[in-house]
Amino acid sequence: MKFLDIVRSAIQNSFRNKLRTGLTVIAIFIGAFTLTITSGIGTGVTAYINGQVSAIGAADVLTITKAADATATASDGPAAYDPSKSTTVSLGNGSRPGSTIQALTAADLAKIKATAGILSVDPAVRVSPDYVEYADNGKFELTVSQTGTITTADLAAGTQLDNSSSSDQLLLPTTYLKNLGYANAQAAVGTPVSIGITDYTGTQQTVTATVVGVQNETLLGSGAALNRSLVAHLHTVAITGEPAGVSAGYATAVAHFDASATKAEISTIKADLSAQGYSSQTVADTIGAFETVINVIIGVLNAFAVIALIAAGFGIVNTLLMSVQERTREIGLMKAMGMNGGRVYALFSMEAVFIGFLGSALGVVAAIGVGSLISNLLANGIFSALPGLQVVQFAPASIAIIVGVVMLIAFLAGTLPARAAARQNPIDALRYE
Amino acid sequence: MSVPVLSAQVIGKSYGSGANRFDALKGVSLDIQAGESVAIVGKSGSGKSTLMHLLALLDDPDSGVLLVEGTDAKKLKAKELNRLRNQDFGFVFQQFFLTANATVLENVVLPLTIAGVGAKERKARGMAALEQLELADKAKNKAKNLSGGQKQRAVIARALVNNPKVIFADEPTGNLDSATGTVVEDILFKLNKENGITLIIVTHDTELAARCDRQIFIRDGLEETADSPTGTHKRGGAHS
Ligand SMILES: Nc1ncnc2c1ncn2[C@@H]1O[C@H](COP(=O)(O)OP(=O)(O)O)[C@@H](O)[C@H]1O
Ligand SMILES: [Mg+2]
Repeated sequence: MKFLDIVRSAIQNSFRNKLRTGLTVIAIFIGAFTLTITSGIGTGVTAYINGQVSAIGAADVLTITKAADATATASDGPAAYDPSKSTTVSLGNGSRPGSTIQALTAADLAKIKATAGILSVDPAVRVSPDYVEYADNGKFELTVSQTGTITTADLAAGTQLDNSSSSDQLLLPTTYLKNLGYANAQAAVGTPVSIGITDYTGTQQTVTATVVGVQNETLLGSGAALNRSLVAHLHTVAITGEPAGVSAGYATAVAHFDASATKAEISTIKADLSAQGYSSQTVADTIGAFETVINVIIGVLNAFAVIALIAAGFGIVNTLLMSVQERTREIGLMKAMGMNGGRVYALFSMEAVFIGFLGSALGVVAAIGVGSLISNLLANGIFSALPGLQVVQFAPASIAIIVGVVMLIAFLAGTLPARAAARQNPIDALRYE
Repeated sequence: MSVPVLSAQVIGKSYGSGANRFDALKGVSLDIQAGESVAIVGKSGSGKSTLMHLLALLDDPDSGVLLVEGTDAKKLKAKELNRLRNQDFGFVFQQFFLTANATVLENVVLPLTIAGVGAKERKARGMAALEQLELADKAKNKAKNLSGGQKQRAVIARALVNNPKVIFADEPTGNLDSATGTVVEDILFKLNKENGITLIIVTHDTELAARCDRQIFIRDGLEETADSPTGTHKRGGAHS
C-alpha cells in the first residue's frame, strides 16, 4: 500500500465513527488549546519585557548598593556595633518601609571605580520634591523615577532627556497629564512646570523646569524622569541650610561599563563587585525578575495542559482499540489479501496521528482566535497604561512544536492498538464474530 | 505431468488445546493442477473451510506439508507469502466482507491498493473487472446499497481484479437464491474456461460440485472416496 493511500484510508477510517472520533478530538483540543494560550502568554510577556529592556537602553549601567550585612541574620540577632562602619541610610520608595542599607562612602566609590571593567561611577542623588504644578491648575504630588535619569524613555511625545544640557528638564508620565491640566501628550511638550521642594530648614522653595517629553508607563513604575541638571538643582535646594558633614553617604551609585561588554564580561564585573561587598544590578536584571515570576506561572499552566494531553492520549488508545475491534474482519481481509503487518500498523498509527493532528490544529486555531481577541481587549482595557503589551502573542515555531508534540503523543497512544491490529492472524480475524 | 499449483500432503489442523482440542482436519492429501476446477464438498462443520484456508496459505497446518508450485510453504518468506496472497490468489469468502460505507469500486480495487498500484491504473482495472461482472453502473454506489447477488458479483470482481492464478471460493452461492446463484456460478466457470484461472470451490451444494472437473469429499476432517460417500477412507489420517 502506498503511503498516500495509507494516509487517505486512515483519514477516511477516522471519520467512520464520527461521534467517537469527535469526543477524542475534543479531549485533545482542550489540551492543545490550553498549551497554545499559555505559550502565547509566555511569548507575549517575554516579547514585551525584551522590548522594554531594549527600549530602556542603559545596557551599560549597573546600579550598585552595599550588600546587606551578612552577619545580621534573624537567628543571630543584631550584629555588634562597629563605629568604623559608615552610617546606614533609609531607602526611598521602592524598599520595605523602614528598611535600611549600608551607605556608600567616597571610599566605596573609589573602590568601585577601581574595579576592572568599570568606566565611571557616580553616586545616585535622590531628591524628593513635594509637588509639581502646571500653570495654575493645582499642585500634585511628584514621584521621581530613580532610573529615569539614566534610562531611555518609551516616549509618547517630545524628546529624550539631555543630561549634558544645563537647562532643567523632565519627562512626565502619561498618567500625570490630565490632572496637571494638559489636553494631550503633545500639549505638554515644551511647557514650564514648577516643582516645590522643602529645604533642610523646612522652607519650601520652587524650581522651574521644562517638560521635554511625555513617557509611556513601563514595568519600572510610573514616575517623572529628571535630567542631571534638574536633579542637581533640586539637590542643592534640598541641602540649603544643612550643616557641613551631614550628607556623608549615598544609598546607591550608578556605574558605567563598556556598552559592548558581553554577558560573561558583565557577570565577571558583578562577581568582582560582589566579592568586594557590593551588590549590583543591570536594568535587564531588574526587569528579568518579572520574567522569572511569569515563567513560573506559565510553567504551572503548561504542566496542567500536558496532563490534559496525556489524558487525551488514553482517549486515543480507547478510541483506536474499539476501532481495531470493530474492524477486526476488515483487518483480516486486508491481511488475507497480502497486506503486511507493518502496513496495518502504519494504517492505525496514521489514524491516531490524524486524530492528534485534527485536535491540535483545531485547538491551536481556536486558541489563536480567542487569545488575539482577549489580548486586544486587555490591551485596550486594564493594560492600556502599558502600551505595547500584547499579553498573548503567537510564535509560529512554538505553535508548530505544540502540534508536533500532540501528534507525537497521539502516535505513542496509537502504538498499542496498532500493534494489536498488526498482529492479528488473518483467519482468526475473518472468523471473528 | 507438470508440477501442481498446490499440493497438500497429509495436512492436519486442530483448534484449541487440552480438553478443548478439536481436530478439524485429520490428514488430507490432494494435488491441484493449473487450470483445474476442483470442488471441496462436505457437510457443514466437516472441515472444508479449514482446508481451503490452509491451501490458500491463510493459516498454517499443524502437521503435513503444503507445496506451492513445488516449494514448501513453510519456507516462504513473509514478503513472498504476501505477494502470493496478493497477486496469485483471489478470494471469495463465505461472507462478503465488503466495507459497507466505501464505494463498490473502492472495495473491488482493495487488492490493487494493497499492492501499491497507482490510483489511475487502479480505477481502470477495477472498472474492467466490474464490467466483466456487469456491475460497472454500480461502481460509485456504496457497497451497503447493493443486493445480495450484486454484492457477490462485487466480491468476485475483487477476487479477479489482480488477474490471479487461483480463485478460492468458499460457499460462493450459499447466500444467494438459486437463480442468482446460477448466474454467479456461470461467471466463475467462464473465468475458469476463458482465462484459465484455477478454481477451488468449497460447497455443500452437490449440483455446483458436479459442474467442477473434480470433487473432493470431506467428512469429519478426512477425505472420502468420491464413489462411496459414506464408505471407507481413502487415506489414513495423521490424527485419529
Ligand atoms: N477457530 C476455531 N476454533 C475452534 N474450532 C473451530 C475454529 N474454526 C473452525 N472450528 C471448528 O472446526 C470444524 C470445521 O470447521 P470449518 O472448516 O469451518 O467447517 P466447514 O467449512 O466445513 O463448515 C467445525 O466443527 C468448527 O466448529
Ligand atoms: Mg465453511
